[in-house]
Amino acid sequence: MQNRTVIPFGPQHPVLPEPIHFDLVLEDETVVEAIPSIGFIHRGLELLCRKKPYQDMVYIAERICGICSFIHGLGYSQGVEKIMEIPIPERALYLRVFWSELSRIHSHLLWLGLTADAAGFESLFNHCWRVREYILDVIEETAGGRVIFGVCKVGGVRRDVDNDTLKRILARLEEIEADYNTIADVFKKDYTMRHRFSGVGVLSKEDAYKLGAVGPTARGSDVAQDLRKLGYAVYDELDFEPVTESDGDCYARCLVRIREVNESFQLIRQAVEKIPGGAVDLKVKGFPEGEFFSRLEQPRGEVVYYVKGNGTKFLDRFRVRTPTFANIPALVQMLGGCDLADVPVIILSIDPCISCMER
Amino acid sequence: MAFIEKSPWIFHFDGSSCNGCDIEVLACLTPMYDVERFGVINTGNPKHSDIFLITGSINNQNKPVVEAIYNQMGDPKVVIAIGTCATSGHFFAECYNILGGVDTTIPVDVYIPGCAVRPEAIIDSVVQAMAILGEKRKKRKTNGGALPAEAGIKT
Repeated sequence: MQNRTVIPFGPQHPVLPEPIHFDLVLEDETVVEAIPSIGFIHRGLELLCRKKPYQDMVYIAERICGICSFIHGLGYSQGVEKIMEIPIPERALYLRVFWSELSRIHSHLLWLGLTADAAGFESLFNHCWRVREYILDVIEETAGGRVIFGVCKVGGVRRDVDNDTLKRILARLEEIEADYNTIADVFKKDYTMRHRFSGVGVLSKEDAYKLGAVGPTARGSDVAQDLRKLGYAVYDELDFEPVTESDGDCYARCLVRIREVNESFQLIRQAVEKIPGGAVDLKVKGFPEGEFFSRLEQPRGEVVYYVKGNGTKFLDRFRVRTPTFANIPALVQMLGGCDLADVPVIILSIDPCISCMER
Repeated sequence: MAFIEKSPWIFHFDGSSCNGCDIEVLACLTPMYDVERFGVINTGNPKHSDIFLITGSINNQNKPVVEAIYNQMGDPKVVIAIGTCATSGHFFAECYNILGGVDTTIPVDVYIPGCAVRPEAIIDSVVQAMAILGEKRKKRKTNGGALPAEAGIKT
């Protein structure tokens, strides 16, 4: 047996935007084993549900993660609404889809930029983030915030967007999508990107299923799992198919996200065309009593919220299982046998969101 | 921008933030705000950097990491606490695992509250930090260029 070296990777590392730590066991330049350790940004946010009234918890749920903030708020609100059996106005549900998809586009563009950066393609990184700013402008115009939306609440949404504004935004999104497609073409066709990511960090379909991978990580390995197909909000009335790729490597995961952005543009278009009139929120009375599992599709995959109320204004329990946590076993599997130089790219390929994971 | 005497290199660490402020720090470096035109470079090495941008509050697990980064940075250095979490802990201060703002662990020079902080505010804080950095450099020169340890400065 060759000599083994253990290299600590993280929590602070130039390629990691967030703190996560791996002990990489190496034989020569090949990773034999990767041992993750987490908990650098654990805050203990779930327990705050016993100190804050249930309506205020949306504010906290949104701050589980600043990238998919809207979907966190949505998941929590949806859980409480299901317990209390509140009939949410249709218009609010459509607006929720509108903001969910905007948040997916901005999250994927962010990830594409970081991926280009990890491959050493600095100008592509800047182009991805340039297009992302246009999306953030739309978010700011409709919701008021750039990264924390603050529009979701128990009983509907806080703001209405009038139909004229929506139509205008749709026209602008056309232009943004055209701009995005030129960038997507670089990812799809450029020799450097294909060469850097093809065959790196392969996850077979069996492993993806067995290890419980979720989201684009699973879909890159041909597991067609998309929680939006459950039909929460109004996804059951919109037409879309889960995007899958079959290679299971970093490049496949990249292509899944690239195609998902186009799908999100298309979902926004459908939602805006179908949006009905009416109120956007309901006055909520009473307190939740009972429990509910709310499952949604985040940009990173399936997220599960467990909400348990006891008939008072404070909840008994609020629990979140985030996609990054579900993808860690798959990540450890991918890291086994890879080159040391590929480690940053593979870690990035699951789109790790550590603050979601540790809360 | 004639008053800029030095290109400040920044170092960014995510304490226990929600990512919101982190992506806004990154957004500052990209074409819309583009602080690199003023010579601001985001470096991954604490020994290369003058300004320490920290987002999020401090917990028991990351406290030694933050201290290690701070001690590794060369003198003079400036610390900016970005976001309400870093300045005071925000509502996370009520969480069992949070010790409080960044100033519970290392000295902070510039505080910018906000949830999430806007890129304009981050750029403004870096400009303010540069003024503080200039003063610290002047002070060092009056020491006759002695190393911090020789001059009795605790780093």
